[in-house]
Amino acid sequence: MADVRINGVTKSFGERAAVSNLDLHIADGEFVVLLGPTGAGKTTTLRLIAGLEKPEAGRIHIGGRDATDLEPAARDTAFVFQQYSLYPHLSVFDNLAFPLRSPARRFSEEAVRRRVEDVAKMVRIDHKLSNRATKLSGGEMQRVAIGRALVRKPAIYLMDEPLSSLDAKLRADLRLELKRIQAELGATMLYVTHDQIEAMTMADRIGILTDGVLVQIGTPKTIYTEPANLHVAARLGQPAINLLPTGLLPDADAPMGTKTIGARTEHLTIEKAVNGHADGTVDWVEHLGDQNHLHVTVGAKKLVTLTDPDTDLAKGDKIMIRYRAPLFFDAAGNRITNR
Amino acid sequence: MAEIRVENLRKEFGAFTAVEDSNFVVEDGEFFVMLGPSGCGKTTTLRMIAGLELPTSGQILLGGENVTMRRARERDIAFVFQLFALYPHMNVRKNIGFPLLAQGMPASEIRQRVEETAKLLRIDHLLNKSVSGLAGGDRQRVALGRAIVRRPKCFLMDEPLGTLDTEFRDLMVHELRELHNRIHATTVYVTHDQMEAMSMADKIAVMNHGVIEQFGTPREIYDRPATMFVADFIGSPPMNFLGFGGGLARGAKEITVQGARVAVPEVREDIAPADMALGIRPEHIRFDDKSGLRGAIYGTEYLGTTQIAAVETADGIIKARVPAEIRLNPGDHVGLSFNSARLSLFEKKSGRAVRTSIHDLASQGRVHHG
Repeated sequence: MADVRINGVTKSFGERAAVSNLDLHIADGEFVVLLGPTGAGKTTTLRLIAGLEKPEAGRIHIGGRDATDLEPAARDTAFVFQQYSLYPHLSVFDNLAFPLRSPARRFSEEAVRRRVEDVAKMVRIDHKLSNRATKLSGGEMQRVAIGRALVRKPAIYLMDEPLSSLDAKLRADLRLELKRIQAELGATMLYVTHDQIEAMTMADRIGILTDGVLVQIGTPKTIYTEPANLHVAARLGQPAINLLPTGLLPDADAPMGTKTIGARTEHLTIEKAVNGHADGTVDWVEHLGDQNHLHVTVGAKKLVTLTDPDTDLAKGDKIMIRYRAPLFFDAAGNRITNR
Repeated sequence: MAEIRVENLRKEFGAFTAVEDSNFVVEDGEFFVMLGPSGCGKTTTLRMIAGLELPTSGQILLGGENVTMRRARERDIAFVFQLFALYPHMNVRKNIGFPLLAQGMPASEIRQRVEETAKLLRIDHLLNKSVSGLAGGDRQRVALGRAIVRRPKCFLMDEPLGTLDTEFRDLMVHELRELHNRIHATTVYVTHDQMEAMSMADKIAVMNHGVIEQFGTPREIYDRPATMFVADFIGSPPMNFLGFGGGLARGAKEITVQGARVAVPEVREDIAPADMALGIRPEHIRFDDKSGLRGAIYGTEYLGTTQIAAVETADGIIKARVPAEIRLNPGDHVGLSFNSARLSLFEKKSGRAVRTSIHDLASQGRVHHG
């Protein structure tokens, strides 16, 4: 494994800059997730590292070596695509063995067998090694596709939404597995997704990408608790952060220049109103099972927070709401940090 | 609007039974969701209600009228397949009004209906815009408008949000439920997505292999699953199961799991010795050094306010939802204790839930959307 360093990389398609002046360092053994909507430049970043696209400006170093002008084959990366592309005429074993049997690599058949069996166990497909690739369920196919990347030990694994075509349950299982495998291998991994849960649960660091620009990069906790701006704050958290104008509620010592107050569940104290003093009204308590959402109206604004499943709040209750160390944003949308 | 009553409804395709003697009532104005994996019979049931498929036996009453053998177009229902397809060459007004035009309604009446519908969906300012220039959310609203403009007796929807990406889907789920709160149209909605079901439904029927395994409010189904299938299908992560052996006696309040004693809701029936399972929701697990039930942290998933901890026990991995502040590392040894009042017990072979004190309150199940 190796580290990857991207310096000042820009890539445009026609008029549109897909990636603008990107600086990103992925440390050896680190799991970095780029999070952003469709068109943010996530896939382009992966393709630039893999050598499938050439940047107009900037350099890419892989393992300390300048790889900017190297052919894809010379870069030692492994790519997992969103749509698993297996060789349909080959067995699971032969699909997994394929990258090792390339004439450039010269592994003994015994070494290939050992490696394939190890990886098959890791991705839990070892009971189906002799099956045809086409005789597998979608989840199994994607595990083979991931496994085929893992049989090699490249400088970096590049993964493009590898779980997005799977159903929810399988996605949850594979998330945990992928993180475990990555830690076990000490693999350097760059993973791109539009799913905030995948980013939060797997990443050592999350990079928030918007319109080709890396807006913030940090640990999931940093991104969640100290978002750089309104855009980042709104990207993470379920229910989404409440973004409220100043003056709606007592402002909790908002610093000068505050325009918007950001409040997640942990930033709000909600109690039944006493003495007729109420800030808002409960619209409904939404029981989603594992989560319970309290929907509240304050003036013209609606708030949603997590609540206890056995809360005694009910529709129509008048409530008092207070901030508890919320986040403050200025008129430009940036979080105000110097308190 | 009308009540839908389904009685002993059955559908066979050759030797295969797609729907097995279903009985349920969707009350007037209710949002009813049929939930289950693909092939469970939910779409077949919906198609029979729509009149697109004739039952092998049983009957369907719409607003008290037996419509079992009536043609689809004589049933006064609106079937919504996917909420995406719009006529790209027409503006918003024409897209919404199209079903009425097809019915031959006079232009002045169409105009009035379309405007009312647009107001309801809060897109009345967009009526003369082309649909190709609209943002995704507004496009969905137009598609919804086209479905509701006819004011049918009920709406039938078959995975209408199936193709949308997650973020947009969450938005539409709330939009649909809010619309329902405004127009109170009897709705039957089919999905395999438990989050959609939990977010929108007044009542849910969970189906498996052509059989309704449980019918109830989202809360009942989540808190008191009738079978292990239901317990596993609902929840993210789903309910955890820990195996234990031996029988149960009426009045028992404790069981032994992996050598540790676990308090459970009071048992209300006698069960002969058999393989049993204790069912625990992830949010009802606490870490407790004093507990005899032990495990090792396998991995954690940070979710911001909470985290999911996967714990390897002697009986496989169980997942706990705990506050994000708790520091956990893979390999850490932990003791597990449970919120006893909220546990479920199952007979493994049949998958059936054992009757306990949690069922005492079943008849008082709270109304979901207030």
